[in-house]
Amino acid sequence: MELLYAMTTGVLTASGLYLTLRGRTFPVVVGLTLLSYAVNLFLFSMGGLTTDGAAIVSEGAGFADPLPQALVLTAIVIGFAMTAFVVILAMRARSEVGNDHVDGKKEDRE
Amino acid sequence: MMQHLIVFPVVLPLVAGILLLYQRQGLVRYKRTVSVVATVLLLLVAIGLLRQAASGEITYYALGDWQAPFGIVLVLDRLSALMLLLTAVLAVGAVVFACAGDDEKGSNFHGLFQWQLLGINGAFLTGDLFNLFVFFEVLLLASYALLLHGGGKARIQASVHYVVLNLAGSSLFLIAVGILYGATGTLNMADMAIRVAELPEERDGLVSAGALMLLVVFGLKAAILPLYFWLPKAYASAPAPVAALFAIMTKVGIYAILRVYSLIFGDSAGGLEALEQPWVWWLSLATLAAAGVGVMAARDLRLLVAYLVLVSVGTLLAGIGMRSPQAVSALLYYLIHTTLITGGLFLLAEMIGLQRGKAGTRIVKGRPMVQGAALAMLFFVGAIAVAGIPPFSGAFGKALMLNAAEGTQRLWLWPLLLLTSLASLIALSRAGSTLFWRSHRGTISGTPLSRCQWFGVIWLLSAAPLLVAMAGPVSSYTQATAEQLATPQVLIRTLLPDAGDAQ
Repeated sequence: MELLYAMTTGVLTASGLYLTLRGRTFPVVVGLTLLSYAVNLFLFSMGGLTTDGAAIVSEGAGFADPLPQALVLTAIVIGFAMTAFVVILAMRARSEVGNDHVDGKKEDRE
Repeated sequence: MMQHLIVFPVVLPLVAGILLLYQRQGLVRYKRTVSVVATVLLLLVAIGLLRQAASGEITYYALGDWQAPFGIVLVLDRLSALMLLLTAVLAVGAVVFACAGDDEKGSNFHGLFQWQLLGINGAFLTGDLFNLFVFFEVLLLASYALLLHGGGKARIQASVHYVVLNLAGSSLFLIAVGILYGATGTLNMADMAIRVAELPEERDGLVSAGALMLLVVFGLKAAILPLYFWLPKAYASAPAPVAALFAIMTKVGIYAILRVYSLIFGDSAGGLEALEQPWVWWLSLATLAAAGVGVMAARDLRLLVAYLVLVSVGTLLAGIGMRSPQAVSALLYYLIHTTLITGGLFLLAEMIGLQRGKAGTRIVKGRPMVQGAALAMLFFVGAIAVAGIPPFSGAFGKALMLNAAEGTQRLWLWPLLLLTSLASLIALSRAGSTLFWRSHRGTISGTPLSRCQWFGVIWLLSAAPLLVAMAGPVSSYTQATAEQLATPQVLIRTLLPDAGDAQ
């Protein structure tokens, strides 16, 4: 499971990073979203991956670290709000500047 | 009552912000009253906290009465009390200035302003790394909306860059926090300091990766050299009271660097001690040089002030890079001075722009100003203070900084800091003489400025003579603060009495 988990996080980060560096606002927003997914997965794994553990605490048997779960919840909420904001901002920029380039330049440099 | 005082700087703006949500438009007088009263109350609370912290006692507030390291604590020491007071003083000037009409150019200015204060105060108080992230997000989200306040093409373009960069920065912050949690098993900064001291050697690499990633995030907030390109445009296009409040935002990054690296990676951290120091030192010098060039090249008064903020960032980070109590004391004195003066200059630039009509704040020939003489006097005071010429506070701050450098540090810091000061002086005198002396002939027209605006600017710029008059008490306070930062064991023992033996 560790390998699959690490690969998923890595691929998400790489795709997110690539898209964030694009020139138009839509890919950038999608890239930031992917990046935040990758970060959430990463945070979740930081307490160590446990299979078949109790959710919070149990006598004797292994249990999953509850703190990363709480952190991920917080991070998801914040990330969601930020994505909503940046989508609206991108739309405003499109209507005010007249194109969807992050620098507001006219020429197409895709 | 007194033990709950620590949580007030967070709760007060929160409640005020909620009260201000009532009807987003209209009710101007009600909103202005609530906002100004809340900010003045915040100032009183901050003064109370400063008096409490000045004795050197470290107090903390366990939210929900969950004791550290399990719960989130708000920690009050000399440094956080000083930063809170500074924020409150700046906010009073900015909010009164906004009451002259800037607040009605968009919706819900005062509510967002209060929430921005909530985020800033929380970041200064918290003793928990993840909570620091949350407060960073609060202050950032409020700042995104405030930056857009009033709308316009320039603001939206600057906002897109600012928002995207900071969102990427937030992701990096979370990764860094995750790594540090994974390696040390705690998020409480005091607890982390203990764990880092006892760290098994194979985890050193992981922790230093996390710590340096945090430095990137804080560097982005503080606008250190390769990460500052968002700053000039964003600050120059923000509405004046917002730009003035933003003067404290870069200092939030500097505070975070100072706090995290002096507490967690202090003397006891073994091989990881001072791992940020070479990075901060060299990058701060590069920031100073770049800012000096930017100051000379700026063709707009607001852009000029934005680059002056960058000069101050470079100077402050150089103080952190020297990493001696004397340098930290000097940088704290300089920090008070530069925050208030650059904030005041942003407000002053707006007033000058209003009186010049179409020419605005661009440094070109324009029409003469109605209240030119008074504005010129204020500009003179602000410019002398910010460039660092006696008799005002800038000279004291810079002299303290120069004095704190030792050995080869002098070789690098002295010429760079002095040349940047010269560059600021040249740029400011050029700007001042164009703005005030080279105007078109013709009749003086335009409306006089409102009293709120005069109050805001004078409130902030009066820091220049006041900091000189009170240089003695202020610098002995910053000296004590620097000593407190140099001995993080006291803070750790206060927060975690059981773990005291480990240190």
